[in-house]
Amino acid sequence: MTERLTALPPAFLQAGTSSFTDFAAAVAPNVLPGARAESPGASVADLAPHGTTIVAATFPGGVVVAGDRRATMGNMIAQRDIEKVYPADEYSIIGIAGSAGLAVEMVRLFQLELEHYEKIEGAPLSLVGKANRLATMIRQNLGMALQGFVVVPLFAGWDLARQEGRIFSYDATGGRYEEQAFFSVGSGSVFARGSLKKLYRPDLTATEAATAVIQALYDASDDDSATGGPDLTRRIFPIVMTATADGVTRSSDEAVAAIVDRVVAARMRRPDGPGAPLL
Amino acid sequence: MSMPFYVAPEQQMKDRADFARKGIARGRSVVVLRYADGIVFVAENRSQALHKVSEIYDRIGFAAVGRYNEFENLRTAGIRYADLRGYSYDRTDVTGRGLANAYAQLLGTIFSSGGEKPYEVEIVVAELGATPELDQIYRLTYDGSVADEDAYAVMGGSAEAITEAVRRGYRRDLDLAAAVQLAVRALSSDGGPNATPRELGAGALEVAILDRTRPLPRKFRRVKGAWLTELLTAAPESVGIAEPEAEPGPDGG
Repeated sequence: MTERLTALPPAFLQAGTSSFTDFAAAVAPNVLPGARAESPGASVADLAPHGTTIVAATFPGGVVVAGDRRATMGNMIAQRDIEKVYPADEYSIIGIAGSAGLAVEMVRLFQLELEHYEKIEGAPLSLVGKANRLATMIRQNLGMALQGFVVVPLFAGWDLARQEGRIFSYDATGGRYEEQAFFSVGSGSVFARGSLKKLYRPDLTATEAATAVIQALYDASDDDSATGGPDLTRRIFPIVMTATADGVTRSSDEAVAAIVDRVVAARMRRPDGPGAPLL
Repeated sequence: MSMPFYVAPEQQMKDRADFARKGIARGRSVVVLRYADGIVFVAENRSQALHKVSEIYDRIGFAAVGRYNEFENLRTAGIRYADLRGYSYDRTDVTGRGLANAYAQLLGTIFSSGGEKPYEVEIVVAELGATPELDQIYRLTYDGSVADEDAYAVMGGSAEAITEAVRRGYRRDLDLAAAVQLAVRALSSDGGPNATPRELGAGALEVAILDRTRPLPRKFRRVKGAWLTELLTAAPESVGIAEPEAEPGPDGG
């Protein structure tokens, strides 16, 4: 492989694919994650840490995605400041739950796939095109998923053609589903989704939407041991990213800390969070 | 087939070089120069779709003149080389020097192999260094030779007349507007110092920059539309013209 990285063999000059994955599969398959040896038989999922809860919600003018910071290995906390939400490109965001090592590598490959296409073609993929490309990559991981290394991403972004924020979820077989309004994946997703059901309104501002997803992560960490709550002593707070017509921005630590401090202060008075009217 | 006539190697190389040079001289020119905040590429190109200048990697840009299908192949190969290398190792391990070397090997091999016709292209690989002193402009010719240009490079068309025009007006601390205007002035005076300069408007130009002030890792941006018009009409030698923040379309990335 080394000589392939220092020279330009004929395969590099062939017209054809705009996909980095397809190209790498042809000339250097050993660098791609899918080509690695698979051990047969029993689940080996406990070998690697797991990332947990990702939450996304749309608002007029964009979409916000947030993730907690915990990775677990069985009953152990493997890392308390892992990052699970990344910009996929200038207008889209990917959050990952599942086997952390594979997920982080999938994100890296996905980011490169989008950039590679944009550079070769001179124009970016459509948002749905990006979502479909991600589905293919998850499908290629199916062999690993069957052994317990499941990767479940949440993809969201600003659709330049439709001028709105959109959310896509996936299953381990590469099924792609568009979600309305809000969604959550990972071990704490059941609690996060229940929480957002009560908090979400379609007319939220960007800051209110960020507050809603942080509340949802708080509720997830309240009931799911694998989801990390706000770490007040170490000041480790969720990652919050927003995609709007101006592109993807990551909220500064100070901005997230301000929202978290207000959420925590309110929970001191009412630990279960804001109450919704009965009718 | 009969026995081919003997041709001296010197003559063979000369014929091939003449052939390539003629092809390159037919096209319009490209100017690449360093300015205060990075490197600017200015090409005379009336097509909006077929680019002569493009992005290879975070801090590496590519410009070419000559036969389109050949340099398009080189551009694609360069992007593949950079992306594969960056993915296998790390993004910081992709360097302009490595890419220039790979191109030089390829062009040199094709030029000296008897089987293929030489590529009728000349290319520039420009890399933005961590500091302005580390900026690099590599100019590669059809035979695989590499020149490490200090401040600017001119390729294609009447390169000599244009180089002379750039040399007269060039300063290391030109701001973006001044650098673009100098390049356009040089491109339009390709008839030599005594001919009347041609009129080159925004529609006839392809301009892009490697912008050191850009906060994102990908420093390459296309300069077009209102921004380009503004740069072309800015008062001469005005230092520090504000760049509009809004980007005209997603292709700027």
